[in-house]
Amino acid sequence: MSVVIDAKGIYYKDLNERIREVLRTGVNELVLDNVNGQRYIGDGISGSQTLVINGTPGNDMAAYMDGLKLIINGNAQDAIGNTMNDGIIIIHGNAGDTLGYAMRGGEIYVKGNVGYRVGIHMKGYKDKNPVIVVGGRAGDFFAEYMAGGIQIVLGLDLPPGEKIVGDFCGTGMHGGVIYLRGEVEEYQLGKEVKVVPVEEEDLIIISKYVKNYAEFFNIDYQEIMQKPFVKLIPYNTRPYGNLYAKY
Amino acid sequence: MLKEGQVRIPAGCAISGIMNKKGEVFSGRDIIKSIAVMHDRSNGLGGGFAAYGIYPEFKNHYAFHLFYENKKVKQETEFVLNKLFNIELAEPIPTRDVSSIGKAPLIWRYFAKPKANQIQANETEAEYVVNFVMKINSELEGAYVFSSGKNMGTFKGVGYPEDIGDFYRLDEYKGYIWTAHGRFPTNTPGWWGGAHPFSLLDWTIVHNGEISSYDANRRYLEMYGYKCTLQTDTEAITYIFDLLLRKFGLPLDSAINIVAAPFWSKISRMNPEQQKLMKSLRAVFSSLLINGPFSIILGSTNGFMALNDRLKLRSLVAAEKGDNLYIASEESAILEICKNPDKTWAPRGGEPVIGLLDGKESLYCFDETQEEEVVRHSVAL
Repeated sequence: MSVVIDAKGIYYKDLNERIREVLRTGVNELVLDNVNGQRYIGDGISGSQTLVINGTPGNDMAAYMDGLKLIINGNAQDAIGNTMNDGIIIIHGNAGDTLGYAMRGGEIYVKGNVGYRVGIHMKGYKDKNPVIVVGGRAGDFFAEYMAGGIQIVLGLDLPPGEKIVGDFCGTGMHGGVIYLRGEVEEYQLGKEVKVVPVEEEDLIIISKYVKNYAEFFNIDYQEIMQKPFVKLIPYNTRPYGNLYAKY
Repeated sequence: MLKEGQVRIPAGCAISGIMNKKGEVFSGRDIIKSIAVMHDRSNGLGGGFAAYGIYPEFKNHYAFHLFYENKKVKQETEFVLNKLFNIELAEPIPTRDVSSIGKAPLIWRYFAKPKANQIQANETEAEYVVNFVMKINSELEGAYVFSSGKNMGTFKGVGYPEDIGDFYRLDEYKGYIWTAHGRFPTNTPGWWGGAHPFSLLDWTIVHNGEISSYDANRRYLEMYGYKCTLQTDTEAITYIFDLLLRKFGLPLDSAINIVAAPFWSKISRMNPEQQKLMKSLRAVFSSLLINGPFSIILGSTNGFMALNDRLKLRSLVAAEKGDNLYIASEESAILEICKNPDKTWAPRGGEPVIGLLDGKESLYCFDETQEEEVVRHSVAL
């Protein structure tokens, strides 16, 4: 069963109350039409239902979200998936800055480009292993202070001269892994990061999430996989362990 | 009441701007709708607008907008104004009652031309106007010139921006450039002068962020006669651009590379010629580096320029549709008034978005008509 809400002109607080009310009735799918800038959609909601968002949802979407599936037919703004615990976000467009801030579970797929500081302080523990897949390019400070999880950038359709990630990539990174489909210059990397070759086990991980990406956005999987990936990992799991206390 | 500088105000804020590159004018309705989408980026303690092209009947007059706390200071200010300027028209700025807007100061505007015999031999007309603005704002307690350009004006106050726009009846004005600001100070003296835009001559600045280099910037500006009376970072940013673009006559890209200077690591990867320029700019104008998070829109008669700090610590989105250029803190604020932009992009840190009117090559043009104006005055006198 699917329910539709026309979000045009509805204040974010009222919209989010209605979303919660409708989801409580147990519908499988809720469609939000004409969303434009309303904040906090999907925040703190547990469940396995689907939210289809037509338009441009506002900042801080899916913060602390726990299990929902969000499909955004449009671009997303800033701070999406802050401390998200579980669920899946599929963005048929670009996303802004600090996507997946401190994310600790679930998956985010962005068809196009993302802004600055994406995956900042993402973390992973045991079975909680968050994933971000970006189809285009990522801005500066990608994976800043990343502590866990997986981030994949595909660099599809990059204009000539465009780099797949910005500068200061992985600054302060001390956990998790980044896969880039393309090259990265040494100067673009934070000093805590090193580039290593992709192994067989990495390809298993990459192919799993790239398959999802290809399926969600209807892009040829084989073609994406034709270009080689590099792997970025931190040198040290605790680079600042002795910063204040020297034992 | 405590004013700016007597209390600390960290800011959140929203900004938005629209321009038509052909110079076609449109009502203030769009910019109000745009900034209203970002309602929750501000908290009702400051909102304001800048509009260019709104006073075609007085396009060669300076349009001074003033706040007065009382009638006495109004009288004192008008005494100075009359001494230095020929006033063509003086009137209260039309407003309408808006329930959410609290007690407003007296708000007046004056269309005026400088008295040529008062301008010093070594002083340009723009300088003369700047000195007048600095004098009123620093010496007359309770009077504040918040707009001093030609064929443009700023409108601001304490309230949510959409309510301030309604209060000033901006739907009744038509301009070819509009910028807007919604303010989120967490602690405020609630003074109307503290709202954005900050303005001097035709320059206006709306700003989201907080500048940690304020004192370094201020000390440098004071050497050139600027008086940072409001002690806010945005006022200083306005004067920095006035100094670099008008007084020093630097090209815009140099000004940008001064305030949002590339990192030394980036400079080291440039070609030798670029390196020389960047190193010189950083060395000579190190005091004008703007440090800390910011996104700004610098408005002028010829267009506008939007800029982020180098680390992009504040959000900024731009879009184009036909002859219109849009810029805002959030994409939704653009989409509210422009359904299907031809192009939408997120500028990088330190990467400007520059919109110039067709045929204009620079943001600065104030002196173009100046010589002629002065001559005409001296004949008339």
